[in-house]
Amino acid sequence: MRDTFARTLYQVAKKQPNVFIVVADISPAGSMAPFRDEFPNQFINVGVAEQTMISLCAGLALRGCRAFAYTIATFSIYRPFEQVRVDLCYQNLPVTVVGIGGGVSYSTLGGTHHAQEDIAVVGAIPNMAVLAPCDPLETEAATWVCAERNGPTYLRLGKAGEPNLTTDAPEPFEFGKVRLIREGKDVCIISYGPIMKMAWEIAERIEREQGRTVALVSAHTVKPLDRVGVKRILDRFETVAVIEEHSPRGSLGGEVKQLAWDASAKCRLVTFSLRDAFIHQFGSQRDMWTAHGLDPEIIYQSIVAG
Amino acid sequence: MLDISQTVTALHLAGAFSCLEIVDCIYYGLMRRDQSGDSRDTFLLSKGHGSLAQYVVLEDLGILPREQLDNFCRPGYLLGTHPDFGIPGIEAATGSLGHGLPIAVGMALADKVQSADRTVYVVLSDGELQEGSTWEAMMLAPSLGLRNLVAVVDLNDFQSLGRTSEIFPNFYPVVDKVQAFGWEAVEVDGHDQQTIFNAVSSRSGNAPMMIIARTIKGKGVSYMENVPIWHYRSPSPEEYQQALAELSGEEEA
Repeated sequence: MRDTFARTLYQVAKKQPNVFIVVADISPAGSMAPFRDEFPNQFINVGVAEQTMISLCAGLALRGCRAFAYTIATFSIYRPFEQVRVDLCYQNLPVTVVGIGGGVSYSTLGGTHHAQEDIAVVGAIPNMAVLAPCDPLETEAATWVCAERNGPTYLRLGKAGEPNLTTDAPEPFEFGKVRLIREGKDVCIISYGPIMKMAWEIAERIEREQGRTVALVSAHTVKPLDRVGVKRILDRFETVAVIEEHSPRGSLGGEVKQLAWDASAKCRLVTFSLRDAFIHQFGSQRDMWTAHGLDPEIIYQSIVAG
Repeated sequence: MLDISQTVTALHLAGAFSCLEIVDCIYYGLMRRDQSGDSRDTFLLSKGHGSLAQYVVLEDLGILPREQLDNFCRPGYLLGTHPDFGIPGIEAATGSLGHGLPIAVGMALADKVQSADRTVYVVLSDGELQEGSTWEAMMLAPSLGLRNLVAVVDLNDFQSLGRTSEIFPNFYPVVDKVQAFGWEAVEVDGHDQQTIFNAVSSRSGNAPMMIIARTIKGKGVSYMENVPIWHYRSPSPEEYQQALAELSGEEEA
């Protein structure tokens, strides 16, 4: 995802003037090289200084530039939270905060590097949009959205090596819309971000072992959520599941449940998230999911139980 | 500013008086204006609580109507205690300390990359020098070669709870710390506009400049000068009359 972002940003900068990337001593080295070579004055390393990274981007935006702040997800919003809130969101400036390693991607680095409640935190701020693409293809589309929208955006990315899942998606990527990426009639799984890969595997197993077809929906625009689209899903399927790599607080699952209540939805609705806990464990990203209770076996059993 | 102070309580009158000559000097002396009065240069009041000093200047320049000042902090009108983004003449929402300098760095960087002949002026408080974000920006600005950035620190030696130099005695003098970070820096009398003007006008232009402007909080009103409570209080009607008399006496003298 990060390499796709870097390559796409280079394409954006070739098309639009005054595109800046402002990093806090974290950068995709190889894939950012074309941008740095061609636009050396528009690649700024502020050093390990995340507050200034955000405010500086606000200053650039106030001069009509298109700025992307980039660092590890935790440092991109937690350290400079008030700069994100006031300088970007209160002033409603077109700055993108790119958080690399959203969720528990940095699975060997420990809890200091886990952005497990990031969407709740930034999503609580007025004007802020939250985009969380599920694969490199959606990352490319999301980066273009960030380059063109009026207002601040938090672009939550995984790390590297995520497979493409949306090559044959029946619906296109559209900001503010849930996106059907795999057809199905009986069960619908809504997810976003890299954990979509696990959702895909669960969908295949349900079809294989249960003979029920499973639709997959990418809620890449976590905020503003496509309420109409979600209600349509709640109407259409007998079982709906939400799987997300995020705390259950301020999450997609909670918002879908609110919508289901408001719409008097009749479907069965189950949600799966990270735990509201620090886990103090190391391993692979899948190990972190399991430690948080996001175990594909448990999720599979819960979905097919209904 | 005294007239406005009679409309609402809880404003930062003393902090506005301490930076009044600085703000005045930047707007009327340093910022370049075309025939219509518009300026390509930018002013940011990072110490947003000094907003009254900026509002009265913007009113004098015809950017803010008098009606807005007369209805300070009233529902349905524009002006509040801190400068709000979107108000004519206000370039950024300040009020939370430690934001103005890094925003100014971003503006100056954009101007430099775009080869725009613009200077960014930003006024900070000395209490604001305690914000880590201010020092992040101070470290960065010279490294980016931002010669088009001029910061003025309103060194009135007071923060909300007391004298800044007593709370942080080892921080003084300030000017050598600023120079050590790569800025061209001088210390001047912040109520002497000619000195401020000369210092900025004669700068080498090889680095961003920071003026350390020694000021008196509540300058010009005897009972307000260097008395911390005036960070928050508004004058009573009697105190208002006394302040008017003192300031008009000063003008005649």
